[in-house]
Amino acid sequence: MKLVDWIEIGRMDELGRMDTPVHRLDARAKIVVTVAFIVLVMSFSRYALSALTPFLLYPVALIAMGHIPARHILTKILVAAPFALVIGIFNPFMDRHPVAIMGPFVVTGGWLSFASIMLRFVLTVGAALALVACTGMYRLGAGLEQLGVPRMFVTQLLFLYRYLFVVANEGLTMLRGVELRSNGIRSLRFRVYGSLIGHLLLRSMDRSERVYRAMVARGFDGEIHVLRRASFCWSDWAFVCGCLAFFVAARTWNLAHGLGLLLTGSVR
Amino acid sequence: MSHHIVEVRDLFFAYPDGTEALKGISFRIEHGVAVALVGANGAGKSTLLLHLNGYLPTTRGEVRIGDSALTRETAPMVRRAVGMVFQDPDDQLFMPTVAEDVAFGPLNAGLPADQVEDRVAMALERVGMTHVRERPPYRLSAGEKRAVAIATVLAMTPDILVMDEPSSNLDPRNRRRLIELLRSFAHTRIIATHDLELVVEVCSHVIVMDGGAIVAQGPTRAILDDEELMLAHGLERPHSLRHHHPHPPSA
Repeated sequence: MKLVDWIEIGRMDELGRMDTPVHRLDARAKIVVTVAFIVLVMSFSRYALSALTPFLLYPVALIAMGHIPARHILTKILVAAPFALVIGIFNPFMDRHPVAIMGPFVVTGGWLSFASIMLRFVLTVGAALALVACTGMYRLGAGLEQLGVPRMFVTQLLFLYRYLFVVANEGLTMLRGVELRSNGIRSLRFRVYGSLIGHLLLRSMDRSERVYRAMVARGFDGEIHVLRRASFCWSDWAFVCGCLAFFVAARTWNLAHGLGLLLTGSVR
Repeated sequence: MSHHIVEVRDLFFAYPDGTEALKGISFRIEHGVAVALVGANGAGKSTLLLHLNGYLPTTRGEVRIGDSALTRETAPMVRRAVGMVFQDPDDQLFMPTVAEDVAFGPLNAGLPADQVEDRVAMALERVGMTHVRERPPYRLSAGEKRAVAIATVLAMTPDILVMDEPSSNLDPRNRRRLIELLRSFAHTRIIATHDLELVVEVCSHVIVMDGGAIVAQGPTRAILDDEELMLAHGLERPHSLRHHHPHPPSA
């Protein structure tokens, strides 16, 4: 199970099963707050930087209170970083009008918006990862369902999570098979890849048939029943109201203005 | 107690592509008996198993579980009585933790939470897997996965256990554990396998299939000791029956 170890998917599950005040919060509360967080972070103007910094508090607090190792979350953010880089990397070249002078350097609007994109990326992906690490995929699914997300989507999500690695491992095994018979020729012909992917699809379909068969054999009727239904209590309400109040305040006023001046120098 | 009887009468089945997989299968298995289903690859064993809990519809012939014939209407009830353990445990274990996986069947049956909890504890205890109950199934070893897959079925308190290749991919120690476990069950057991030594130790009766039909059925030793019959149908006379060991596996 090499791939599993690499992605450390089991680790995320272990983290999700820990027992801390943030883990005990209802999944729905954390989902609502995280969605609000992401929407508000994305709603800032393209050059916002210092005003965004107070939002770092939320994922950092979640990670700290949930006793989640920060390194674990940071490596996951790095894995996804190339996507954000590709989105933002052209800004410095397209948008060259100067907005600030930092000592000998002239900061252009492009660099500022690039920094803003990267900060938003770290904030949103960090918050989403913290949510999964503090909740666990399964309770997250149950929470989504209780919030009214159609059951079919939730079931799909959970099965994707469960079988992603089984299918990926099948793909790796096939690749190894190809490698062993390709006489050291490293570049595969396009046709071979096409056939490999086709086979992987067929195998996945066969597996889904077998999984469904096993589910039907145990009385599956289209609904996945959950052992424990979570209930919303006062601490969940306090968490939701407290976080939303903070987010709204941080969105309305630049809370970091004083601190921001200190951190970003003369930017703005 | 008649729930535990499995009777198949003149069962035919063809796949949509026209392949005739079953050509007139008939047998009757009494309460509490362990029966092995043996035969070469493609003999129709798995197709037959899929009929026993109504996953494949009966188009011609009849499958009776206990007092009732298997139809679309009786299938949900029959599925509670017939527990099926599939060949690849990864197909059977799809929930985030072992405990939740074992609870899947009882929850579908609509049992209250405390009873589900009892069932989970009972089933895991029975297969000796209580220590892995909070682990994710895909992190288990092949032997543990197999044991947990059996527990998921035991939690539904079936009368009949149907197993497809239960000893495949197991190391000798885990295979030994499985054999002891299978021998300890009082359920009616139907085991499709190529592991003929397992058959000698666990099953009192054998059904031999070839080309979608039953070519022989009867007491294990009488059938498996018939070298001519075994070779004619892609099988082999088990080693343990060729020689008299000082420590016979079972009487």
